[in-house]
Amino acid sequence: MFKKKNSKMTLEGNAYQGQGKIKEIWRRLKKNRGAMIGLLMLCIMGVVLLIVPLFVSYESAVTQDFSQMLAKPTKEHIFGNDGYGRDIFARIIYGGRTSVGIALLATFFSCIVGSVLGAIAGYFGNAVDNIIMRALDIFMSVPDILFTMAVVYALGASFTNLIVALTLAYFTNYVRLVRSEVLTLSEQDYVEASRAGGANSMRIILSHIIPNSIGVIIVNTTMNVAKIILYESTLSFLGLGMPSPQPEWGQMLSESREFMRNAPHLMIFPALAIVITACSINLLGDGLRDSLDPHLKS
Amino acid sequence: MNKEEKTPLLETINLKKYFKTGSGLLHAVDSINLKLYRGETIGVVGESGCGKSTLGRTILKLIEPTSGEIIFEGKNISKLGTRGMRSLRKEMQIIFQDPYSSLDPRKTVIDIISEYMLINHIYHSKKATYNRAAELMDLVGLARRYAEAYPHELDGGRRQRIGVARALSLNPKFIVCDEPVSALDVSIQAQILNLLMDLQDELNLSYMFVTHDLSVVKHISDNIMVMYLGICVEFASSDELFDKPLHPYTQVLLEAIPEPTLESRAQPFTLIKGEVTSPINPKPGCRFAGRCEYCMPQCHEKTPEYIETLPGHFVACHKVNGR
Amino acid sequence: MEVKNNNNNSILEIDDLEVIYKTDLETVKAVNGINLKIRKGETCGLVGETGAGKTTTALSILRLLPENTGRIAGGDIKFKGKSLLDMSPEEMRNVRGNSISMVFQDPMSALNPVYTVGDQIGEAIKLHNPQLAKEEVEKRVEEMLELVGIVASRKNDYPHQFSGGMKQRVVIAIALCCEPDLLIADEPTTALDVTIQAQVLAMIANLRERLGTSMLMITHDLGVVAKTCDNVCIMYAGKIVEAGTIEDVFSGMKHHPYTEGLFASIPNIKTKSSRLKPIKGLMPDPTNLPQGCAFYPRCEKCMDVCKTIPPEAYHNGTHSIFCHQYANQAGSVEGKGGAPNE
Repeated sequence: MFKKKNSKMTLEGNAYQGQGKIKEIWRRLKKNRGAMIGLLMLCIMGVVLLIVPLFVSYESAVTQDFSQMLAKPTKEHIFGNDGYGRDIFARIIYGGRTSVGIALLATFFSCIVGSVLGAIAGYFGNAVDNIIMRALDIFMSVPDILFTMAVVYALGASFTNLIVALTLAYFTNYVRLVRSEVLTLSEQDYVEASRAGGANSMRIILSHIIPNSIGVIIVNTTMNVAKIILYESTLSFLGLGMPSPQPEWGQMLSESREFMRNAPHLMIFPALAIVITACSINLLGDGLRDSLDPHLKS
Repeated sequence: MNKEEKTPLLETINLKKYFKTGSGLLHAVDSINLKLYRGETIGVVGESGCGKSTLGRTILKLIEPTSGEIIFEGKNISKLGTRGMRSLRKEMQIIFQDPYSSLDPRKTVIDIISEYMLINHIYHSKKATYNRAAELMDLVGLARRYAEAYPHELDGGRRQRIGVARALSLNPKFIVCDEPVSALDVSIQAQILNLLMDLQDELNLSYMFVTHDLSVVKHISDNIMVMYLGICVEFASSDELFDKPLHPYTQVLLEAIPEPTLESRAQPFTLIKGEVTSPINPKPGCRFAGRCEYCMPQCHEKTPEYIETLPGHFVACHKVNGR
Repeated sequence: MEVKNNNNNSILEIDDLEVIYKTDLETVKAVNGINLKIRKGETCGLVGETGAGKTTTALSILRLLPENTGRIAGGDIKFKGKSLLDMSPEEMRNVRGNSISMVFQDPMSALNPVYTVGDQIGEAIKLHNPQLAKEEVEKRVEEMLELVGIVASRKNDYPHQFSGGMKQRVVIAIALCCEPDLLIADEPTTALDVTIQAQVLAMIANLRERLGTSMLMITHDLGVVAKTCDNVCIMYAGKIVEAGTIEDVFSGMKHHPYTEGLFASIPNIKTKSSRLKPIKGLMPDPTNLPQGCAFYPRCEKCMDVCKTIPPEAYHNGTHSIFCHQYANQAGSVEGKGGAPNE
C-alpha cells in the first residue's frame, strides 16, 4: 500500500523514497550560489524594512531641518541629510517599504493578468486570440506615461492607485510573451495526450502549459521589478508619484539630481538601494528558473 | 482471434475528414469503412500523407470527423461533443509515436501515469491512484525506482512504456497505437511489440496499429488495411495480404521492403515512378493512377469501387475487379 | 592473415580509432578501438543501434567532432594512404565535400531554407573549383540535378517546395557534385518512406557505378545493408564486434551473439512467429562500460571469462568475430584484426 509520511511518499513493497516536489526544488536552489546570495540579500532587506521602522520614527523621515541641510553622513544621521534636512537613512527605510512594496505588487499583478490573458489568447486562438491581441494593440498604442497620468489623475496618487497604474502599464509585456510560448506548447503531443484522457482546457492550461512556460515568465518578471522601481521615479518627477513628503526611492533619486556635484550622497544611497534590490531579485529569479527545470536536475 | 461477439467493438461507415487549406480541400481521410472486434488488431499501413494518423485521431474524436459514422459498442458517437465523449475517453485511448514529445517534461513518471485517473476521479484518494499507477508500471515492465524520474532521464524504450502504462490507466477496450515503435531501436522495438501483444492477451484489448513498417504490422495484426492518399485500397487478413496482395500499390509496397537476406541482393530495386501527391481537391478516378504500371484509361476517369473481391479480402482497383 | 597494404586500392583505413567526449562531469567513451578498411568502389556497411558510435566514427573521419568536447584519443585514419589526423585545417577543408562527402539523416535540416537548391549545389561546386566560370558552374548544377532524377529547371526552387525524398536527392547531389572518392551516408533513408527509400537507394547505386565512388553506409536497417553493401561491420558500444563480407555475415554458421540477437529481433515478413526475440536489456552507459566484453550483461552465452577479459578476434578468412566462444578455435589470431580483405 501507499503511505504518506509528512511530505514524502513511499511505496512499500518495492520501495522507493520520493521527496516532495517543493523539497526537490529547494534542494536544487540551494546549490546555486548566486540565487542564495540574492535570497539572502532580499531576506536582509525584508528584515530591515520591517524591523527597523520600530526604532526609527517616520517623523525623522519627513521632518525638515534646515540646519542639517545636505549634511554628510554622521553618527546620528548615518546616511546624511537631504536638501530639506531630512534624515536620508530613515527615508531609505520608509521609502523602501513604499517602493519595494509597489514594485513587487505591481509586478505580481501585471504578471498574473498578462500571463492569463496571453495563455488564453494562445491556447484558444481564432476569435478569442484576435479580440485580445487587438485590444492589446490599442492599449499599447497609448504612450505609457499618458496612460499612467490619466489613471493617477482619475484616481489620485496613493499606494493602491500607483499599483493599479503600473499594472496597467506593464501587463502588456507578458501577454505577447506568454502567448507565443503557449502557441508552441499547445502543439505538443502531451497536450493532445491530456485531451485524450478527458482533460478540459482549464486543466491543460494550468497543469501543462503554465508550468512549461514558467521559466520565461520568471525571467521577465525579475527584469521588470527594477524597471518598475525606476519608472516610479519618472512618475515622481512628473509629480505623479507618492505625494510629498512621503519618501520613495525613485523620487529621492530624482530629487538628488540638482545636488549631484556637491552632495553626491543624496544620490548614492537610493541608487545603491535600487541596484541591490534589482540584482538580488534577478539572481534569485535566475536560480529559481533553473531549479524549476527538471532537465537541470543533477 | 475469435470473433466472440457478432457486434463489432468499433465500426466506421463512410468516415471522412477533410481539412480546409489555402489551396483547397484536403481529403485526408476519404470514405473509410472498417469493423474491429474485441481482442483483435487491425493494422493500418501506408506511407506519409496517406491519412493513417488522421484516421486514428478521428476515430478517437481528437479530431472532429467531417462526415460519416463512428459506432463504438453499438453507439453512434460521431456527433457527440466533448461532454458526451468524456465517459468514452475511458474506453478508447492512444499511444503516441514520439516518446519524447508525448510526455510532459516537467512531470514525473508517476504523475504522467496517474494523470488520467486523477482527471476522471477514478479513485477516491490520491494514495489509491498512485498505487494503481505503480501497479501499471509493474505491468509494463518499468522498474518502480523510476517513479520519481523525469522523462528526459529515461531512454526511448522506457518512455514508450510510460506511454503504454498511461494509455492503460483507464482500462480501455480500444487503443490506437500511432507508430509506437518507429522511433525505437530494433531490439527495443521487439520488446515493446511483445509487451503490446502480451497485454492484448491478458486484457482482451483491441488495437488499431498504425504504421508504415509492413514487417511490424504483419507480426501484430489480424487484419490489415492499406491506405493511399486517404483511401483504403486493400483490406485483408494479415496472412492473406502478404500471400496474395492484389492491389498494385500493395504489391509495390511489399516488394520495396529491403529484406535482410542474401537473396534480396540479387533482386533489382522496385521502383514506382513519381512522388506521392497531396490529396487536395482530388479529381475523380483512382488516386494511384499516375504511378501505377497497370494504369488504364478508365483509371483516370472513374473512381474504383471498394468491393469484396475474395472472401474477406477487399480491393479498390479497376484491374483487379475486372471492370 | 596479414592485411595487404595496397595503397593504390585502399581509400579509407581506420586503425585502432578511439574517440571520447569529455565534459566537466564525465567522459563518454564513444569509440573504443575500431579497425575498418574500404577499397575503391566498395561499399562498407556500418551497422549498430543508437549509441553504438557509428555517427561519431563518421564525424571523426571528416574531423567534424564538436570542438569543445569531442576528441580523437588514439589511432589513425588514413585516406588514400595519407593520415587525415595530421592534416591542417586548410587541408581538411579541401578534403571535405571534395574527396570525402557526407550525407546526413535528416534532409529537412540539411538544406538551408533561404537559398535555392541550385545555389546550394553551386556553392559546393564553387568552393572546390574556384576557377570555374559562372556558366560552367550552372551547367554542372543542372547536370547534377538530372543525375539525381530532378528536372533541371527546378534549380531555382527552394527546399520547402520539395518533398522529403527529393530533398534527400538534392543533398546527395551536393555530396556528389565534386565527384568524391568516398561518400559517407549516415542513415540516408531512415526518415523516408519505403518506396522512396527504394528510389533513393537505387539512385545511389547507379551513381556509384558511374562515378566509382566508395561508400560507408551507416544504418541500423539490415535490409538496406543486404541490398547495398559489399562488406559489413557490426558495432556495439564503440567496438566492432563482427566484420566480414555480406556473405560472411548474412549466411554462415558462426556469429557474434549480438548479431544473432539483431537478426532475431527483426519481424520477418516470410514467417509468422508468436513472439519476437528481443535482446534483453539496454546498451551500456558509455561513461561506465563494463569490464571485459561490453555485451556480456545481455549475452545468453556469457561465460565467466567474458566478464573480465575483452575478447580477442577470431578470424576466418574475411570474417572476424570478437567473442570468447570462438576464441580458441582454429584460425584464430591474436591481436586486433577485423578489417575484411579480399
